[in-house]
Amino acid sequence: MRQPTVLMFGWEFPPFNAGGLGVACYGLAKALAQQGVKIIFVLPKKLPCSADFCRIIFADNNERIIKNLYSAYSTFHSEKNKSLSKGWGLLEEVKLYAKIAREIAKKENFDIIHAHDWLSFPAGLAAKEVSGKPLIAHIHATEFDRTGGLNVNSDVFAIEKQGFEMADKVAAVSNFTKEKVEANYGIDKNKIAVIHNAVDHIRDSSGNSSYKWQGGKAKLVLFLGRLTLQKGPDYFLLTAKKVADKNPDVYFAMAGSGDMQRQLINQAIDLGISDKVIFTGFLRGDDLNKIYQMADLYVMPSVSEPFGITALEAAGRGTPILISKQSGVSEVIKNCLRVDFWDINQMANKILAVLQYPVLKNTLRENSQQEVAKINWDNSAKICFNLYQELLH
Amino acid sequence: MPSICLYLQTHQPLRLRNYTIFDIGENQDYFDEQRNYDYLSRIVKKSYLPTNKMLLELVKKHNGKFKLALGLSGVLLEQLENDFPEVISDFQKLVKTGCCEILAETYYHSLAYLYSPEEFKKQVNLHKQKIKKLFNYEPKVFRNTELMLSNEMAAMVEKMGFQAILGEGADYILQWRSPNFVYGIKGADKIKLLLRNYKLSDDISFRFSCRDWAEWPLTADKFAAWVRAIDGSGEIVNLFMDYETFGEHQWQETGIFEFLKKLPQEILNYPQNNFKTPQEVVKLYKPKAQLDFPNIVTWADTERDLSAWLGNKMQVSALKNLYSLEEKIKKQNNKKIIEQWRCLQTSDHFYYMCVKWFSDGDVHKYFSPYDSPYDGFINFMNVFQDLKMRLENSPKV
Repeated sequence: MRQPTVLMFGWEFPPFNAGGLGVACYGLAKALAQQGVKIIFVLPKKLPCSADFCRIIFADNNERIIKNLYSAYSTFHSEKNKSLSKGWGLLEEVKLYAKIAREIAKKENFDIIHAHDWLSFPAGLAAKEVSGKPLIAHIHATEFDRTGGLNVNSDVFAIEKQGFEMADKVAAVSNFTKEKVEANYGIDKNKIAVIHNAVDHIRDSSGNSSYKWQGGKAKLVLFLGRLTLQKGPDYFLLTAKKVADKNPDVYFAMAGSGDMQRQLINQAIDLGISDKVIFTGFLRGDDLNKIYQMADLYVMPSVSEPFGITALEAAGRGTPILISKQSGVSEVIKNCLRVDFWDINQMANKILAVLQYPVLKNTLRENSQQEVAKINWDNSAKICFNLYQELLH
Repeated sequence: MPSICLYLQTHQPLRLRNYTIFDIGENQDYFDEQRNYDYLSRIVKKSYLPTNKMLLELVKKHNGKFKLALGLSGVLLEQLENDFPEVISDFQKLVKTGCCEILAETYYHSLAYLYSPEEFKKQVNLHKQKIKKLFNYEPKVFRNTELMLSNEMAAMVEKMGFQAILGEGADYILQWRSPNFVYGIKGADKIKLLLRNYKLSDDISFRFSCRDWAEWPLTADKFAAWVRAIDGSGEIVNLFMDYETFGEHQWQETGIFEFLKKLPQEILNYPQNNFKTPQEVVKLYKPKAQLDFPNIVTWADTERDLSAWLGNKMQVSALKNLYSLEEKIKKQNNKKIIEQWRCLQTSDHFYYMCVKWFSDGDVHKYFSPYDSPYDGFINFMNVFQDLKMRLENSPKV
């Protein structure tokens, strides 16, 4: 059978990613390409990124229409102060992206359209309109995840809903997300396939492989993610306070940037633990490797986490993980600690136990590392490939 | 021949409450009364009451020709005395018929043998006293937690005055031999072994409701024919399993009670076949050979070893820590603290910390009250820390 050509619309791509969306798109596209799928990957704005497994098209290649690309993770709420005069810039960019996508779709030859998240849903729909080819709407995070259900932006919601409804199939990164798409958007569960995210072990093993934390006997507990409501950084700090009260020899690293940064710094001061909390800013590449290896434990207290690739990255690098039960990644990894994001007593209890008992830390580390080694993009790409076949026949 | 030797083991642990680091030094109630009551009441309804009723009927119906042995853990008996005395009185009725033998074991369903011979003997004695008090009965045959058995253990148990000991008919011990005979054991002259016929036992306890199994559905007459086929090549068939097989592991809907109801008649339809209790078996049959159990063998999992309790470092460390308190605990003249320490020895707490269930099927997960083995370890260690702190803070005796 002829291998399909896929016109894939994304928003970000490593190394120019602000979060997991770019990492997931890269991992899936690469594994699909290895199975013989031809991929034309469209990004909204020209960036010096490249990949040898697919052809990348930049929507603004000739006309520099999109001047200042917004983050894939902005919410209207977090950005409103920046763009009061012009309305919300991201929404404008999304519309522009769709306009150019229409032109790209006219020029290119392809069998299937695959659009990642609401940002590229209008682009995917436009391509479907001019080509008549089937569309997969792949959801990595819904507006409900980003906003925690508060301040859901009606424009974004409408774009997501339209994308799900008009697409021929919806792909969700977890059962957790599938259920949200069913419940919040009224989409038939039979239309939604689950394609779990994975980790790219080759990519992750690059860089310094044994970096030690220089804090002596002191322990290091890591939060890594955008400093935004969805990721639960405020719960992390409340927990840090409880941990510090029991064990003064612990530091807490908060790696990432985001709209809550100022608030979190103030919160750490108010809790009296500002001397224990280290804000590292956004990390990538070797710095990311280092921080994972320095940490005794990685904590992901997300309020609503469609997947959570960072948990697999941490476990893959030998860092035990404590993850929120409200996450998709907890569907694919068993050798971990789990808590409800709001249960700061349990979160502190489990953090303290990992720091106190080396046997717990080591057993978690060994078993989770083995388990993560078995998780790869090939399995996810196979499911995606079958979805393509299903749509083409 | 052959004789069927049916032994059913009952046990329910005292599960721990959700005990965080913030409870240490604040809360000395370690056990979750409500949860333990809820678990027990479900099992009483689904298994103990209907099964006892049927066993009593079967004993009466067959005029003493249907017999069995029971293992009754002390921690379970205590819970039943408090909350479900009607189950105790059913067991008493069964024992009174003379067709039901009770086996000796450790009161706390513990792994004490591995850590402290003194504590092990103490717990066997406590159990003996309990059985004497409730049933006016003195056990003569011993079985250790999870059917643990080794040469050394058998020698110790022989010195404690027992006639026989139960064990697993593991292939790697028996090799070409059949489990369907009485055996002796290396290092002990007198004590006799009864070894579980795991194939026929598991046909009932594990495979009964398995629709992928070629023999499904298993009927009593089919099973009786399998037993009869052993005629001439074996003297006893030891069917050892959890009592909770009836109604809990195998739900009523699977037809397990129908099977039990018909089994004695089907077996007794062949005049050569009969039911014997362990004590009768060792009087009737001579050991065929002396077997060598250099290491501990159990009836658990495919490995038939202790890896479900001591397979990872968390389990090893938790057990070692717990038994390290023995001396200090015993110096205290505090009945409550000794009892709590002993209830923490129940093997289930360590079973809950078993990580290998991910590959060994879901048997373990089904029995665990925890989200993960790691949670089981954390909770147990928090309780341990509190107990340890109480010992350190209390005045020296």
